[in-house]
Amino acid sequence: MSTTATSPVPGKPQQGKQQPGTPKSASEKAPAVSAKPVTWKVPVLLAVLGVVAFIFFGVMGPNQTARFGISSSGDFFQLPAIEVPAFLGGIVLSVLMLGLAGYAVYLKTRNEASPGWLPIVFIVLFVAAFLIWVVGGARTPSISLAGLIAGSVTLAVPLVFGSLSGVLCERVGVVNIAIEGQLLGGAFTAAMVATLTKSPFVGLLAAAVAGAVVSMVLAVFSIKYLVNQIIVGVVLNVLVSGLTGFLFSTVMQANKAQFNSPGRLPIIDIPVLSSIPVIGPILFKQSVVGYLMYIAVIVVWIGLFKTKWGLRVRAVGEHPQAADTMGIKVNATRFWNVTLGGAVAGIGGSFFTLVAIDSFTKEISGGRGFIALAALIFGRWNPIGAFFAALLFGFADNLQSIVTIIGTPVPSQFMAMLPYLVTVLAVAGLVGRSRPPAASGIPYVKG
Amino acid sequence: MVRVLKLELRGITKRFGSLIANDHIDVVVEPGQIHCLLGENGAGKSTLMNVLYGLYEPSEGEILVDGEAVTFRGPGDAMAAGIGMVHQHFMLVPVFTVAENVALGAETTKAGGFLNLDDTRRKIKEISDKYGFDVDPDALIEDLPVGVQQRVEIIKALVRDAKVLILDEPTAVLTPQDTDELLDIMRQLKSNGTSIVFISHKLREVKAVSDTITVIRRGKVVGAADPGASTTELASMMVGRAVNLTLDKAPAKPQETTFQVKDLTVIAPTGQHVVDGISFDIARGEILAVAGVQGNGQTELTEAILGLQERCHGSILLDGEELLGHSVKEVLRAGVGFVPEDRTVDGLIGTFSIAENLVLDLYDQAPYAKGISMSPARILENAKSRIDEFDVRTPSGSLAAGTLSGGNQQKVVMARELSRPLRLFIASQPTRGVDVGSIEFLHKRIVAERDRGTPVMIVSTELDEVIELADRIAVLYRGKLVGIVPAGTGRDVLGLMMAGLSPESAHADTAHAPVQTSTSGAEGGDHE
Repeated sequence: MSTTATSPVPGKPQQGKQQPGTPKSASEKAPAVSAKPVTWKVPVLLAVLGVVAFIFFGVMGPNQTARFGISSSGDFFQLPAIEVPAFLGGIVLSVLMLGLAGYAVYLKTRNEASPGWLPIVFIVLFVAAFLIWVVGGARTPSISLAGLIAGSVTLAVPLVFGSLSGVLCERVGVVNIAIEGQLLGGAFTAAMVATLTKSPFVGLLAAAVAGAVVSMVLAVFSIKYLVNQIIVGVVLNVLVSGLTGFLFSTVMQANKAQFNSPGRLPIIDIPVLSSIPVIGPILFKQSVVGYLMYIAVIVVWIGLFKTKWGLRVRAVGEHPQAADTMGIKVNATRFWNVTLGGAVAGIGGSFFTLVAIDSFTKEISGGRGFIALAALIFGRWNPIGAFFAALLFGFADNLQSIVTIIGTPVPSQFMAMLPYLVTVLAVAGLVGRSRPPAASGIPYVKG
Repeated sequence: MVRVLKLELRGITKRFGSLIANDHIDVVVEPGQIHCLLGENGAGKSTLMNVLYGLYEPSEGEILVDGEAVTFRGPGDAMAAGIGMVHQHFMLVPVFTVAENVALGAETTKAGGFLNLDDTRRKIKEISDKYGFDVDPDALIEDLPVGVQQRVEIIKALVRDAKVLILDEPTAVLTPQDTDELLDIMRQLKSNGTSIVFISHKLREVKAVSDTITVIRRGKVVGAADPGASTTELASMMVGRAVNLTLDKAPAKPQETTFQVKDLTVIAPTGQHVVDGISFDIARGEILAVAGVQGNGQTELTEAILGLQERCHGSILLDGEELLGHSVKEVLRAGVGFVPEDRTVDGLIGTFSIAENLVLDLYDQAPYAKGISMSPARILENAKSRIDEFDVRTPSGSLAAGTLSGGNQQKVVMARELSRPLRLFIASQPTRGVDVGSIEFLHKRIVAERDRGTPVMIVSTELDEVIELADRIAVLYRGKLVGIVPAGTGRDVLGLMMAGLSPESAHADTAHAPVQTSTSGAEGGDHE
């Protein structure tokens, strides 16, 4: 994941920087915080995965040629499709992976840590080998890579909004388990309001308000009444699910035309740019919600790490007492940030009813709020990290449905497990130690 | 000349429920003075300063700045009025840089709310150069030693133009050398027109820098003291009765050596040798004090003896039996008494009753247990006698241990550990955060245990305590044993050894250039 390169915060002790000048007193000469220990974790994990890849994707690989389309017919210029003999591709890629694993082992024997690019390259190779294996073994061994990626981005939209909501809340010290409820609340309200006002844009706005309202409940109970944040969050999810389910079956189902026909937000196609193969549809052929997603990621990142607001927010999430003694109103900051987070998640929820399909159904968010939570942790509490983590989950999700369509011998349920497997491995140490904001989940009581 | 500020507290009262932390306190801080608030832990000094800093609202009374009554709704108001505070527990965000911490709450921004840290960096450099702080604005706080972190706190206040600087127990975390430097900084600040409110219970430091001393006891001002007064006078004012500051200790009568540590190395999870090839021994009837700045391997050394460290090499022999490689329970059963350095974390379970805490090590043995059931009556009975014996001030043994004051908590821990027949007694920071009266008591108990013929090992970062208790002094630096010197070794020599100099060169250094700074040197027998 690219988080290692982009995140300015997560703690790597900066060895070279400390102790400028000559140490003057005894305590300055005391032992410094030592470097991260070099463990066997990464080399062993890579070696095991490499062997698995070699056996399954290589030795036992299928004999067809896998075909990956890159351009679609409407593109600005055409790129030839990539064709890979599955067996040979599997062997070559898995040997490369074993080479990387070997290099990591070699570094470990010299007591050096693997460089940050190594696991990333490894993951890319692994995913490529996996794709070749899956496609090569399918009945029709051909998929559109462009379609796969564009679909991944689409599926990732609500996840990205959800994880941004999590970033905004946890950075300020409140654990937001209620992302699911905020997504669902946003989806429902968007459908309802858009139908009533006959304007999807008003629906979008209403979704943000709905998410914010759900979040305010979390904020009031966890900040003012010091109720356990996890419990409030879980209860909120159940509450929103019940409430929207009830209103759906009593109001919406009875009169669909009047209450549950929001219409869709238009897809805005930026001419020329949208015809660039692969990246065109991803960046320049999106709904308003899709464009808002890119803007939100960048704005939240800049806001958190480059502005006065962000400095205060992070201080409140790391060391609320320090913030308080510097005249920052801790609980007010928390309240408004959590509210803002809810609004962001609400917008993400509108994606379900205003972009993906044009009506609300029960439980339409389908647990994506929890996946967003995983993306947040995988992305190390960093907006950009969370964005890429959400993309990975979207990719796995999309791959699963495409693979089912082209007909592979692997049951789709197994494919559906993939993203979670990846999360477990990643969080286990491939991307380094992840450290949440120190005061996350701890209510602040003055004095 | 810079603007000066006169600060007055009139009849400040602060109640927490039925507890009166401050009772009609009057204090006047004249401009350009170092005004010391002297009092024991729990006397109400910090509460008073938190009221002054706007963190607490006073129940009664008023604060006057230059003769005008002011109300502080929060620290922001206090800072705007020119009051800065360095808290005992630093208020720094560990994952932020120095500049980010200094900027926090008083950020300079470019258009659009973007941070302008360059401006902050420049200010830090200015102040850092002026006072010789040597602080890198881009260093992460968590990488900095405590002494430097404290300077960052002072910079934070100065950047905000503080005219009155409150220092809450600033020397609690410092080495003797760091403390001397801090006192110098305080004098420098004073000569630049900054008034300082210095909160402390360490008499030597108070005497060294104060212009005025106000003594606070149990939430009330008991009077002003002259900095020229003797430490004994100050101590009795602070405690409210005559205190005997020097411990009556008979010379040690060492018997046979029963405890030996040979080539002990402890490897931290980071791979660092936190204890590095240490060898020493302790005889029965002798106190070995381990001195050193916090974090030089003391914690790991005691944990290794107790069996809490996983990766150890070497040998730890008690009466010829190897302790290394045995579980904590087995080590305790072998007759090792252990007072951990942080009683609230490792010494006690705060929510358990005092009586339960007194049998934490024996709860599963007769007479406190019978089969799978415990015997509450026996446990309470035991508590009664221990509470009497150790003078724990509490109405009942069934109260939660967390409700006790620091000194009384420590007495509970000590009572538990000394209640078994011991073959080795280890006490880490035995009197940290403990009032003077209790210190006296705890020290006597430690010496009594020695006189009973137990080898005793004391680990302390307080040089005074080391000097007072030790029959021999071992100094640790970066996990290595710098040397073992006899009791009576000069404070300045020990200070240099704590910075890593061998005993020989430390002696040579002090012989050539007598570094007689304020706190090191004079009056060996004082309590902190």
